[in-house]
Amino acid sequence: MSEQNPSGKSARTNAGSINGAPINGESAKRRPAVSFVSGGDRHIRSRLMLSRVFAWLCRFSTYAALAVLVVLLAAIFYSSIGRLSPDFVTNTNSTSPLKAGILAGLWGSFWLILFTAMFSVPVGVGSAVYLEEIAKDSMLVRIIKVNLANLAGVPSIVYGILGYTVFRTSAAAIATLFDGKHVIGILGLFKVRLSKLPIYEDNILVGALTLTLVILPTVIAASQEALRSVPGSIRVASLALGATRWQTIWRQVIPAALPGISTGVILSTSRAIGEAAPLIMLGALTYTSMCPGGIESPLELLTKPAQLLQAPLDQFTAMPIEIYDWSKQPDARFTAVAASGIVVLLVVLLSINSVAMVVRHFASRRLKW
Amino acid sequence: MPTLSSGNVPPSVAGVDRDLDMSAHPAAIEARHLDFYYGEHQVLFDVSLTVPERSVTALIGPSGCGKSTFLRTMNRMNDLIEGSRCQGEILVEGQNIMDPAVDVVLLRKHVGMVFQKSTPFPKSIFDNVAYGPRVAGEKNRAVLADLVESCLRKAALWEEVKDRLTTSAMSLSGGQQQRLCIARTLATDPRIILMDEPASALDPASTDRIENLIGELCANYTIVIVTHNMQQASRVSHQTAFFYKGKLIESGPTMKIFTHPSEKKTEDYITGRFG
Repeated sequence: MSEQNPSGKSARTNAGSINGAPINGESAKRRPAVSFVSGGDRHIRSRLMLSRVFAWLCRFSTYAALAVLVVLLAAIFYSSIGRLSPDFVTNTNSTSPLKAGILAGLWGSFWLILFTAMFSVPVGVGSAVYLEEIAKDSMLVRIIKVNLANLAGVPSIVYGILGYTVFRTSAAAIATLFDGKHVIGILGLFKVRLSKLPIYEDNILVGALTLTLVILPTVIAASQEALRSVPGSIRVASLALGATRWQTIWRQVIPAALPGISTGVILSTSRAIGEAAPLIMLGALTYTSMCPGGIESPLELLTKPAQLLQAPLDQFTAMPIEIYDWSKQPDARFTAVAASGIVVLLVVLLSINSVAMVVRHFASRRLKW
Repeated sequence: MPTLSSGNVPPSVAGVDRDLDMSAHPAAIEARHLDFYYGEHQVLFDVSLTVPERSVTALIGPSGCGKSTFLRTMNRMNDLIEGSRCQGEILVEGQNIMDPAVDVVLLRKHVGMVFQKSTPFPKSIFDNVAYGPRVAGEKNRAVLADLVESCLRKAALWEEVKDRLTTSAMSLSGGQQQRLCIARTLATDPRIILMDEPASALDPASTDRIENLIGELCANYTIVIVTHNMQQASRVSHQTAFFYKGKLIESGPTMKIFTHPSEKKTEDYITGRFG
């Protein structure tokens, strides 16, 4: 190294060069002094200004949304004063604003969500597994994937029309079969009289099937996203150990994707709770004091097993429908009732969403890649 | 510039005799005139190589030379890549595994694989090792426990983990995870183990342990290892095969390849003139 330094000085004292060789050819002269104190350069000043303005704009949009939410919540809580009390959740609907409660809607929403989840989870996760894990990348699969996003954007009232045409009509056809008069001959040998079953056209199952259509695209998209986030190395390692594709999906991929899938499912269901439009389209009751199957408290779920079977085939109302109904009442005292209904709906939604957060937290703690 | 002499070749790990002419040994794997394509792009050209039973064969060559692709054809892991296609034959235990009648699940039980990046499942250490036997249908808890212990012993990991078999495999160090993956592969009772750069992501001490482990395992298993590290190839293998641009340039006893290669290309690569 010293042979390459003919001046004989050490490289360190030779400013602007490395091992004696100038860095930029002839411009080895001293460069002008640099100042790091802000405000010196006009260009830098305007750039810094722009950067600050941008940060403030972002901050403003966040807090503006928050402010709207706070005002909204405060207004609702203020309006609900006068009706929001424990008996609001234990009373069913009434023509008197002082007695009207949300119990029927609460139970209706409970049954709807229970069945919606039961239908949408297997179908949604199944389709996502097919699209992400099994299907080859064909034209048809690509068309399906693109259109899932379009389906998620379809207004829910359109699904209501579809539900009316398909599910409500089918329910009506089945109801006539079980009207107590129907007799079916079997192979001409003997005849069976179908027992009378109280099936309503606008029952919980019809509502749940329609809501399933509404949330299915979202459930599939969330499950797809969760499946995609599972590292491919896990699949390859499992296959290399002699596992079949089914074993790999069932034992490795789905457990690893479960936190994402369950969060997606819970958040979609909480969207379904707030849906009123498709249910109104189906002809759900707006004014009723009856809970599905006549079950009015959680305890009765255990003590009235016969009613348990009746509930899914019974007529229903749901929380958003009752809220909508109250808000249309001419009596101004119903404003407080509607506001109380919104508070209950919000509390239910927030509890469901916090369950999603807890599930995500605990399930993903076990999984570290 | 290093020159070719046996003095420059590092000592081998215990259990590996690099001068042995393995051509008399029965063959575990025989590739015959293998061509391989990703879509239109051909990556392997007429590769023929015999891997003797219970030996270590190292595949070396610059990046993109096709050595990993060749390794993955031996248990048909390339099937997972859409648009890949293969011509020629690979005989494993005398059967052509390219035959459509071959069940890849059975093949992969017989020909295990260890990857570059250790890929423990997010499960307990026990469940990781027991995974292969379980997917094959073994349910007996006692049988599984014995198997897990013997495989962890063979992979030289038992003493380190015997008190925490139920803790997550993710809590192990990188070198331990790789040995766990080897134990997991052993648990499916394979005869052949393919290793795709098993030590390239590990520190020198862990690499050393893996290399010694390879020396021990080759008494009972046929091992094919892809490596970028020529020192490693020369330490652990009986036979070395040099790939360049999709062609098998030369193969032979490791000591011969590293001291008297027949081809100029091999000599250039080994002495570090390119690659």
